[in-house]
Amino acid sequence: MGAIKLEKIEKWFGDVQVIKGIDLEINDGEMVVFVGPSGCGKSTLLRMIAGLEETSYGEIYLDGEKVTDKVPSERALSMVFQSYALYPHMNVEENVGFGLKTAGMPKDEIAQKVRQASTVLELDAYLKRRPKELSGGQRQRVAIGRAIVREPKGFLFDEPLSNLDAALRVQMRFEIAKLHEKLKATMIYVTHDQVEAMTLADKIVVLRDGIVEQVGSPKALYERPQTLFVAQFIGSPKMNILDGENTSKGFSLKGHGVLPHEITNKSSLVKCGIRPEHITVSNSPADVSGEVVLYEYLGSDCYIYVDCENLGVLTVRVDDKIAYQTGQNVHLSFARERLHFFDAAGQAGK
Amino acid sequence: MATQHSRSIARLMIAPATILLLGWMLVPLTMTLYFSFRKYLPLRGGDLGWVGFDNYVRFISSSSFWPAVATTLIIVGGVLFITVVIGILLALLLDQPLWGQGVVRILVIAPFFVMPTVSGLVWKNMFMDPVNGFFAHMWRAFGAEPIQWLSQASLPSLVMIVSWQWLPFATLILLTAIQSLDSEQLEAAEMDGAKPLRRFWHIILPHLARAITVVVLIQTIFLLSIFAEIFVTTAGAFGTKTLTYLIFQRVLESQNVGLGSAGGVYAIILANIVAIFLMRIVGKNLDK
Repeated sequence: MGAIKLEKIEKWFGDVQVIKGIDLEINDGEMVVFVGPSGCGKSTLLRMIAGLEETSYGEIYLDGEKVTDKVPSERALSMVFQSYALYPHMNVEENVGFGLKTAGMPKDEIAQKVRQASTVLELDAYLKRRPKELSGGQRQRVAIGRAIVREPKGFLFDEPLSNLDAALRVQMRFEIAKLHEKLKATMIYVTHDQVEAMTLADKIVVLRDGIVEQVGSPKALYERPQTLFVAQFIGSPKMNILDGENTSKGFSLKGHGVLPHEITNKSSLVKCGIRPEHITVSNSPADVSGEVVLYEYLGSDCYIYVDCENLGVLTVRVDDKIAYQTGQNVHLSFARERLHFFDAAGQAGK
Repeated sequence: MATQHSRSIARLMIAPATILLLGWMLVPLTMTLYFSFRKYLPLRGGDLGWVGFDNYVRFISSSSFWPAVATTLIIVGGVLFITVVIGILLALLLDQPLWGQGVVRILVIAPFFVMPTVSGLVWKNMFMDPVNGFFAHMWRAFGAEPIQWLSQASLPSLVMIVSWQWLPFATLILLTAIQSLDSEQLEAAEMDGAKPLRRFWHIILPHLARAITVVVLIQTIFLLSIFAEIFVTTAGAFGTKTLTYLIFQRVLESQNVGLGSAGGVYAIILANIVAIFLMRIVGKNLDK
């Protein structure tokens, strides 16, 4: 119960088009993450699904039923807001039970449901407290509690973790994942943080300027980005993008060697992408060479930044056992099967 | 940074202002208290010496005392009720995006800039005049007998005039309060299935509690001492004599400064009683 289908939906604010015709199918029980840079329309899209924002054109279906013109409360979806939007004058119990009270449910039934939710979210000790007496993480849980008591067809999360500190964010991310595992409900999650997207999603929707760039599993997006934008957006640190041109022998890097490839459908390849973790340092001259400008030790990972003249600065993940000196010359070799090629329009070659 | 030395200099430099303000308050208060214990009739013998609590007894046992207190409370209560209720409605209305919003807001605030004397006269002569007033014409247009506002419905008329003056103040403060409400809270309530009326009752109104408190407290302070509106409309006739007006009559019309001063002290006590009640009721709101 909770399959959502978007059909050619568009959103106009006056003359400005924010959502430019999006088709999307979300299966029941799926965790879908909308990700993209700020201003890409991901929150607007979520609010349109919620019904808080009118849909200018196109249709929204919920379980096969058209809900485009329905008000939010008739769509049976719950939303967790970025600011949590708890009611400040009500205590936790009243906050969580407000939706049920509105629906006219008898008091003892409300109390029972609130208690169930509070047990799941470990809020039992705080039921009589007001939002301002709670920490950020607890407020977050109350907001989630308010969403789950109504037993909605789907949950909508609008950047729910962006107000938390780094440690708490990781913990809440884990709890949301657990919650999804437990409730098996459809969830749509909006974030600009690609790590959250990668860890939580069954399916990621990458948005850019109101259009869908690519839809797929985290693995598919990471391994086979269809556009240059997705390639650079997914993955941390960013993918290295190298300029060059296509020749009969392969992709010729500017001022460096030639990378052979088997792409046939594109002749105008102008960019080549390689992730930092797919470059190795070799002893003998390999694909490119350059000078180390910075060595970063992060504990679990180490990165060197290599200035390769015409190609710019490349990020390379290296073995933490070898310390590199700045100014040192290194040879880099690229994992052949991990290379990505893009044409001038930013489309990936196949 | 502030050393002992610089602090004492700071105190010294603030002193003139503090002393001035203190004197500003203490001199009239002391004079009122002083005169309230003396028999002082400026046109009938001048200062005739100490009389103890005579003035206090006479003032409170006068037949006009309790009606004056009641009138004062009715006017204050009535105006508070009307300004808060209509103020909230106007604030909700002005919060909506609407064409010419800036102009409309200035128009709404305008009555606040009209002097009490002027507004009293305008209402009396242009609206409530039983022959040529706007209301009289309106009533006649429907074939009804015009109401003699200031004599037949004197208290409601006064409440109406004063409310008109104070409505902008209430509206302005409530409007800023409404604008400070997080829109996500309303959206969350909408997702929770709350209809507009319920959203108003459970989200907007609690959010406004503090602003309403401020409006009530500030208005009460000023409404307890309204005078000009009564002076230019009914001159205290037809049961519109408030405590302030009664004191004015004792001092200037009966030329009895001692009796008026005793009334002034009662007015201070009444204001404090009202203030204590208000603080009790609304103080809880300020704690939140």
